[in-house]
Amino acid sequence: MTTANSGNMEHDTDFAHEGHGDISVGVSGAGASGDGSASATRITPGNALRPEDIALEVRRGTAKPSEDVAEYALRLGDDALILAQRLGHWISRAPELEEDVALGNIALDQLGHARSFLTYAGGAWDKSEDDLAYFRREHEFRSAHLFEQPNGDFAVTIARQLVVSYYQYALYSRLMQSADPTLAAIAAKAVKEVDYHRDHSAQWVLRLAGGTEESRRRMIQGLRLVWPYVEEIFEDDELTTRLAERGVAALPSSLRQEFDNRIAETLAEAGLDVPDVPQSLGGGRAGRHSEHLGYILAEMQVLAREYPGASW
Amino acid sequence: MTPHGNPEFPGESTPAGSANEGSRAAAASASSTPATSTTESHSHSQWPLWEVFVRSSRGLSHVHAGSLHAPDAAMALRNARDLYTRRNEGVSIWVVPADAISASDPDAKGSFFESPQGKDYRHATYYTKSEGVKHL
Amino acid sequence: MASQNLQSVPAELSPEEVEREKAGQAYFERIIAEDSRIEPRDWMPEAYRKTLLRQISQHAHSEIIGMQPEANWITRAPSLKRKAILMAKVQDEAGHGLYLYSAAETLGQSRDKMMEDLIAGKARYSSIFNYPAVSWADMGAIGWLVDGAAICNQVPLCRASYGPYGRAMVRICKEESFHQRQGFEILLELSNGTPAQKQMAQEAVNRWYAPSLMMFGPPDDDSPNSRQSMAWNIKRFSNDELRSRFVGMIVEQVKVLGLELPDKDIRYNEETRKWEYGPLDWEEFKNVLAGRGPCNSQRLERRRQAHDDGAWVREAAAEYARKQAEKEYAA
Ligand SMILES: [Fe+2]
Ligand SMILES: [Fe+2]
Ligand SMILES: [Fe+2]
Repeated sequence: MTTANSGNMEHDTDFAHEGHGDISVGVSGAGASGDGSASATRITPGNALRPEDIALEVRRGTAKPSEDVAEYALRLGDDALILAQRLGHWISRAPELEEDVALGNIALDQLGHARSFLTYAGGAWDKSEDDLAYFRREHEFRSAHLFEQPNGDFAVTIARQLVVSYYQYALYSRLMQSADPTLAAIAAKAVKEVDYHRDHSAQWVLRLAGGTEESRRRMIQGLRLVWPYVEEIFEDDELTTRLAERGVAALPSSLRQEFDNRIAETLAEAGLDVPDVPQSLGGGRAGRHSEHLGYILAEMQVLAREYPGASW
Repeated sequence: MTPHGNPEFPGESTPAGSANEGSRAAAASASSTPATSTTESHSHSQWPLWEVFVRSSRGLSHVHAGSLHAPDAAMALRNARDLYTRRNEGVSIWVVPADAISASDPDAKGSFFESPQGKDYRHATYYTKSEGVKHL
Repeated sequence: MASQNLQSVPAELSPEEVEREKAGQAYFERIIAEDSRIEPRDWMPEAYRKTLLRQISQHAHSEIIGMQPEANWITRAPSLKRKAILMAKVQDEAGHGLYLYSAAETLGQSRDKMMEDLIAGKARYSSIFNYPAVSWADMGAIGWLVDGAAICNQVPLCRASYGPYGRAMVRICKEESFHQRQGFEILLELSNGTPAQKQMAQEAVNRWYAPSLMMFGPPDDDSPNSRQSMAWNIKRFSNDELRSRFVGMIVEQVKVLGLELPDKDIRYNEETRKWEYGPLDWEEFKNVLAGRGPCNSQRLERRRQAHDDGAWVREAAAEYARKQAEKEYAA
């Protein structure tokens, strides 16, 4: 009976598709937008390195990080994950709809990087990206304090974005040449994306600094709030030193000069000074975190932990 | 100049040099279009409207994709990238302030667009005697 | 339909203008009769413009308010893959709102004004978004049922007689194609999961089934504007027609999910060749629409707050642009 019925429905013209897998909307004549070949709505998934590809390589054993490399990937992955979690909160709350979409894109880029790094890191311990994201405790995270800082107002978010994007750009540009091919591949994809994040934050710094009195005041305050956490991301330790010697990691301190130069340029263009504030002690790489991380994880992990072992 | 002269917006953006258009606009507002009353108080922080044109791949024209709001051209381009090329729809983008576009007068359809009709001699199909002759 | 709306020509027009109005009217009617498209600068009856403006702006508001119940789960999504999907989906909805506001703007209303009306509680949006999304399974049910119903509604709108609306819908429908599937997948995964997960899925379907059916609007005999909208080729199918088609689709899909629809009265009527369903609570629908739903004030407040919090940013960017233009002019 049901087959006959659905047969009936399909015969109705005008309702071109049931279900709608690939929607080729039957717009003809005057309603069509432009000619088919020059369509502005032709969509493709494109091809680029995806976390799924890395997962596949890890499963096949063609990509297997050493303990050190995994530890390092964990740091990069945690930075990106915590930032994505922060930025994701903006969607539906941004100053304008266009910015909802822009921040959404940045959050999605960061989440993509996080998934790639975590998937790769997990290869050393037979853990998935989700095992690492949802079932580690606070002290097991390796994110730096900068990434954990609250969104604040839009100026604080932009200030944090400025530091993060300039840092990540310097980092990934170097990691593209990493002796570890997987890290190099992730960085090669990520560097183009953070290049755009850099542009996004710089454009906004200019506008907020040069807009109204209020926006300038807020921009300066935003920079002061995030600046104490700059030092930590450029600190070397045994792990990064070891890995840098083998050409796997970029030594954090070696990125500082480029970062300082470019930041100085951008802030100068906006008529702003580099904030002169005491640097916080950090400790994120060793599992000593800001007070914020506990809340971030509580929210992020709540559901997964309620149903351990479940698949989603 | 209108604060957000959408070229597709009837009655507000009146292209220069189109007398016809002007009077049509007047008629439109006379028939109590709710339109023109929207430009008051709150508009000073409303970002202007931009029209977005996307080239889907090399060798093709830019095609109108839609509109968006942005404070200036630099941000309009970025917003257009974020909004209209999220699924690889484009390799190049143009943004144009909506009020910089002049449009033909919709009332002048006859005088503007009907003249080519009947001029069959502009089309290859008009020349039937050469039918069957190769490479012609 | 030949003589509709001539009464809308204002009396104080000069004979010349009256002529022009009449010509415009005749042209409009011919375009509609030919099932062609009306473009923004064409003459159109005032009632047509108003109807469109109301419908498109309400649609835009629904996309924007509709972001909230799902955005609330972005930070709690139970896997990173689901988090990415949900983020992309909610982001799409912002885009949809944006495309639709742009289409409405071609009718002479600024986005600012529409946003103000929304925040002031003067505008309507789909009442379904005033229900809370209380579990992760709601992300599945919303995608499957709410986006599903929306798609049912929107596909015919791609051929709406108003050009900008139709074009916006084409873009939106293309993007929507993943929304329903990802929702379906969420439910499928839950249904095949632990008993607790399956129960979570069933409860979500129970919650969203009736509201999603009501998304198609009141029954045809209680939908005064529908007939006119259909005559204008804005709407292509009646509310009940679309609702019945939708039931016919989900009644099959729910079997694949291994779940049940909370409606014992669903049946295919061989005579009318339509799917029938149990009674819907239209009293509740009206109440929710009138602002008495569980989340109405919360949704509006969140939108208002985002808009207000962003005011200084929008002002700053506008002011910066003004200063830059001034500098350029001086140079
Ligand atoms: Fe949508
Ligand atoms: Fe959707
Ligand atoms: Fe929709």
